[in-house]
Amino acid sequence: MSPIAGKTIAEKIFSAHAGTDARAGDIVVADVDFVMGQDGTSPLAIRALENMGVEKVFDPGKVAVVMDHSSPSPLEGVSALHTMMREFGKKTGCAVYDVGEGVCHQLIPEKGHVVPGDLMVGCDSHTCTYGALNVFSTGVGSTDGAAAMAAGKLWFKVPETMKVTYEGELKPGVFSKDLVLYLAGQIGVDGATYEAIEFHGPVIEALSVEARMTMSNMAIEVGAKAGLMEADEKTLAWYEGRGDKTPDPVAPDADATYVRELAIDASVIGPQVAKPHAVDNVSPIEDVEGTPIAEGVLGTCTNGRLEDLAIAAKILEGRQVHSDVRFIVAPASRRILLDAIEAGYIQTLVAAGAALVTPGCGPCVGTHNGVPSDGENVISTANRNFKGRMGNSNAFIYLGSPATVAASVIEGKITDPRKYFEGGER
Amino acid sequence: MKLSARAFKYGDDINTDYIISGKYKFKSADMEAMAVHAMEELDPGYYDKVKPEGGFLVAGKNFGMGSSREQAPLVLIHSNTKAVLAKSFARIFYRNAINTGLPVVECDTDLIDDGDELELDLTGGVLRDVTKGIDIAIKPLPAVMAQLLADGGLVEHFKKHGGFAL
Repeated sequence: MSPIAGKTIAEKIFSAHAGTDARAGDIVVADVDFVMGQDGTSPLAIRALENMGVEKVFDPGKVAVVMDHSSPSPLEGVSALHTMMREFGKKTGCAVYDVGEGVCHQLIPEKGHVVPGDLMVGCDSHTCTYGALNVFSTGVGSTDGAAAMAAGKLWFKVPETMKVTYEGELKPGVFSKDLVLYLAGQIGVDGATYEAIEFHGPVIEALSVEARMTMSNMAIEVGAKAGLMEADEKTLAWYEGRGDKTPDPVAPDADATYVRELAIDASVIGPQVAKPHAVDNVSPIEDVEGTPIAEGVLGTCTNGRLEDLAIAAKILEGRQVHSDVRFIVAPASRRILLDAIEAGYIQTLVAAGAALVTPGCGPCVGTHNGVPSDGENVISTANRNFKGRMGNSNAFIYLGSPATVAASVIEGKITDPRKYFEGGER
Repeated sequence: MKLSARAFKYGDDINTDYIISGKYKFKSADMEAMAVHAMEELDPGYYDKVKPEGGFLVAGKNFGMGSSREQAPLVLIHSNTKAVLAKSFARIFYRNAINTGLPVVECDTDLIDDGDELELDLTGGVLRDVTKGIDIAIKPLPAVMAQLLADGGLVEHFKKHGGFAL
């Protein structure tokens, strides 16, 4: 073995993109493989490019803007911002994903824009989602995004990495959302600030690619810069038919240096719920069961994928949403909506009483599609429950898995979903 | 650059939705209009208190956690916030602040009380609590960020150098 310590996934991806021997703590200027902005952030990036005097993006095939957060537009101000994005697309030739295409963090990987081994930045904090696909992806602000769109590169501090290994196996009725909420409860909202996380272990390997994306999506909720996983045959299979880029999977060296290592036994984890108003205010579901709810949300970049809709449809098949509950479903993309129609999940959910909204962010960020009223409790599959997050600072947001949301909307109160899963009884 | 103003003190883990709620950030790209909602979820009087004379926003750990919205530092700038002083910052907010020209300073904010008169000399790296008559140590900016701030932010850096010159 070489006397120099091995590298983490982050160190390897930065080394390859900066052309240096990048180590944690180094400042590097690295080439980016893709740059994305959404409708809350692209307008400021477009303005920053104008202020820089930049007319073109570095490569129109490597830039996309997505209308998902407030889409279709509920206000004339938003309509003007959307127009600005469409005009930017026409001027620069970059991809524009318009109303109804879906949420950016589903579209960017779904369209094959990033593949294992890539480095990309997005003007949205949940850009860390593609870590599940072995992409070093991280959220930046609009001015950083503009600089990356102009130059095809950005400066980075190579992060230290925290290694989280999930041992054991997932119990019936328990999902990847529960695993990541549990982690947030353990390490707190700043538990990994400035660091990358690498997720490892048999539990991660057993998860589907979609379920892995749920976990990487929430890496930012503990302050992390990225939530990385290794690429395996499932990852590569997921990419079949999604564009022509060639994956270049990156695995950490066996002697890589980690700032911290944490082992979690998944076998003892049941459904978890994050209570208002912090993502690390996490309890086992037993502690919050029976809390009345007025609204349930299934969707978002965290849990709006086909598997999530399938889980909810399985629970709601032949059952009805409680009469005191609004159940809002936002598939993460048009592709997922079509697949869910094909599979019958949409039929099941709507027949049970769900209100289906446009593929995109749904009511998560308080712009449209279901702002709760004063004093109401919401159970949501989203990633944030900050006070005011859904547009009303007098509402209370609880976060859980798609199964927990589905079980809860039937009874009108927070409900343990394990009773719907064979062997899931506690 | 020397800045003087009063301290307006808040707690730990102040997230970007508290700095500017998502329900406002999508309405417009007019930061001056949006700034009246700065810090509204935590302190609805923030803008009216800070705007006339300016102020230092003083906080605990992990200031600016959450979203990547650059509207967060921008509404603070437009509400006449001279700088943010905190024990630590969330990563994206920290970069956004430097890029947009909002000074951010890591220091032991337990030493500062709400209402204290502060003087910040960014060039000399000195923070003075005039009310208490003490100097407070501040953590220097990473060299790359100091260079960006010296150039006037990332946009100005690009205009000056035609790209990254770090």
